[in-house]
Amino acid sequence: MSEAILDIKGLKTYFPVKKKGETLFVKAVDGVDLTIKKGEVMGLVGESGSGKSTIAYTVMGMYQPTAGEIIFQGQNIATASSKRPLSLKKDLQIVFQDPGSSLNGQQNIRQILELPLRVHKIVSKSEMEKKIVELLKTVELPAYYMYKTPWAVGGGERQMVSIARALASNPKFIILDEPTSALDVSIQAKIINMLMKLQHEQELTYLFITHDLSLMRNIATRVAIMYLGKVCEIADTGEFFKNPLHPYTQMLLSSIPVISEEEERLKPAKVVSTGEIPSPVNVPPGCSFHLRCPQRMDICSKMDPVMQEAAPGHYVRCHACQKA
Amino acid sequence: MSKNSPIIEIKDLHVWYRTYGGFSKVLNGVNLYVDKGEKIGVVGEAGCGKTTTMRSILRILPEGQSHTPQGEILYHGKDILKMDRKDLQHVRTSGVSMIFQEPSAALNPVFTVGTQIYDVIKYSEAGKGCSKEKIKQMALQAIKEVMIPDPERIFDCYPNQLSGGMKQRICIAMAIVTPREVLIADEPGTALDVTIQDQVHRTLKELVEKKGMSLIMITHSLGVARELTDRVYVMYAGNVVETARTQDLFANPSHPYTRGLMSSVPRLAGGGLAEGIYGHIPDYLNPPQGCRFHPRCPQAKECCKRQKPPIVDLGNGHKVACFLDAEVV
Repeated sequence: MSEAILDIKGLKTYFPVKKKGETLFVKAVDGVDLTIKKGEVMGLVGESGSGKSTIAYTVMGMYQPTAGEIIFQGQNIATASSKRPLSLKKDLQIVFQDPGSSLNGQQNIRQILELPLRVHKIVSKSEMEKKIVELLKTVELPAYYMYKTPWAVGGGERQMVSIARALASNPKFIILDEPTSALDVSIQAKIINMLMKLQHEQELTYLFITHDLSLMRNIATRVAIMYLGKVCEIADTGEFFKNPLHPYTQMLLSSIPVISEEEERLKPAKVVSTGEIPSPVNVPPGCSFHLRCPQRMDICSKMDPVMQEAAPGHYVRCHACQKA
Repeated sequence: MSKNSPIIEIKDLHVWYRTYGGFSKVLNGVNLYVDKGEKIGVVGEAGCGKTTTMRSILRILPEGQSHTPQGEILYHGKDILKMDRKDLQHVRTSGVSMIFQEPSAALNPVFTVGTQIYDVIKYSEAGKGCSKEKIKQMALQAIKEVMIPDPERIFDCYPNQLSGGMKQRICIAMAIVTPREVLIADEPGTALDVTIQDQVHRTLKELVEKKGMSLIMITHSLGVARELTDRVYVMYAGNVVETARTQDLFANPSHPYTRGLMSSVPRLAGGGLAEGIYGHIPDYLNPPQGCRFHPRCPQAKECCKRQKPPIVDLGNGHKVACFLDAEVV
């Protein structure tokens, strides 16, 4: 592992909501620090509404951050997408969750893949077709797919096309926003294997957003857990699954339905999951998880815990863990 | 296996859909049964016909578009497909109830959840001749049973005021509020987060066991099937390819599709991912001849392309539809 490619410092993204004359804020991302090193596969895991996709979109420049810094390859990019230099956009790409809505159904696959190649001037006009065939080949699709519309191919192949589109500009960093959660497991395995092969071949760095912890166990180098706009635990994958510390992580792990006895033994003792994720408009005071936490203490409802290192490289944000 | 006749038995069911391109032959001879108090799971990927099978039990498939050329669905020995309106109404109001995948689509947004549960009771046999007050009490009791705190407040809420997990609990409450024999749950946790899914599944399991109902759990997740059911059917492209008691299936999957599916699931124990299964689900307008899995099967042989595979009994209720096992036995 070498230097950091993406460094997020104190990132906050709030969305205003007007309610009876007063303006409240949805604190989608509320002070996140995250460093991603070159060549890493960073797994960002959380339930819906925890702000993981908001982080992705803010890094991509689709949302303007409320506060904080995003440093990508030594450059602060906490600005809107329109103010970013083109060279930077070329290095930073995203694959969305639902390939059905993120690919233009009116265009054929050739037109879809042509756009990034033209905008970033990757190849000359005469070599365009050759490059598109090559791109399709990297995602294991036959060349004749070029003249199909995304509508005419299966869900898995459609996602391959969006991966090819992301790869078109020869990026260094790709954000994968739940790329397989809309697909079946047998197709998921294929896509993930291909993504990992590409990461290896092209020396890419991934920020992999998902809600599937078992998937992260198999592919991520580090895992971060998010809850209500904050990261609550972050560690190297091996350490993370061997020694999950945060009560929320334990609750998540013990809720996963598994298919073998071997996995059953790896789960922490059953933490009965209670309650639901609160609205990010009214974040509870103190630790945002304290309402659902089985290890709740008095201090949890008063003071928000800070991130502390529990073991080398293993950070956790919890009062109960810090005392022990 | 019980000696009594099963509550629901599906025999060689074929369902086709009318499309512009001709008949889409979705179900291709499904056989399935549910005994009293049994929890069965129907596992398969998207588009394999799980939901079509379940919807044909209640006959809620779109009438003009679906066509059942062959097969029967016996409910206590009586064919649902040939029932008249009155008998069918009886099955729907006091025999079988169903929970759908998307709770926000299953509930009507313009009525309070209380009214919707109230109506279920009012038009069922259990609610016949009951006073308004009595019905309301039954509804509140049902809300309480699905572990929702403060049922009085929830009774007057509209669905949009509730979270996804809460809405799914309301759907469960609607399904169990009047006595039923069978509960069909069509991926009740898929639209929810893992921790919420876990809660909903636990509630569902406890209630089904408490009330002695049979459960048909449709899911695409093998893990969910393993945790909730006694017996599992694995479906692929409109066929049941393998069925066994849950522990037997997970200990000893036989069909190449089941094995491929199991190896594709990412394990919490790590160890990387398997290759997955090559290809995708067939086009139902022109389904492959013979075994519908043969274009994707790593072990396909010549006979797989021509004939429908036989159903081989491996003992202890473990049945598999594959030529490979036919040879061994």
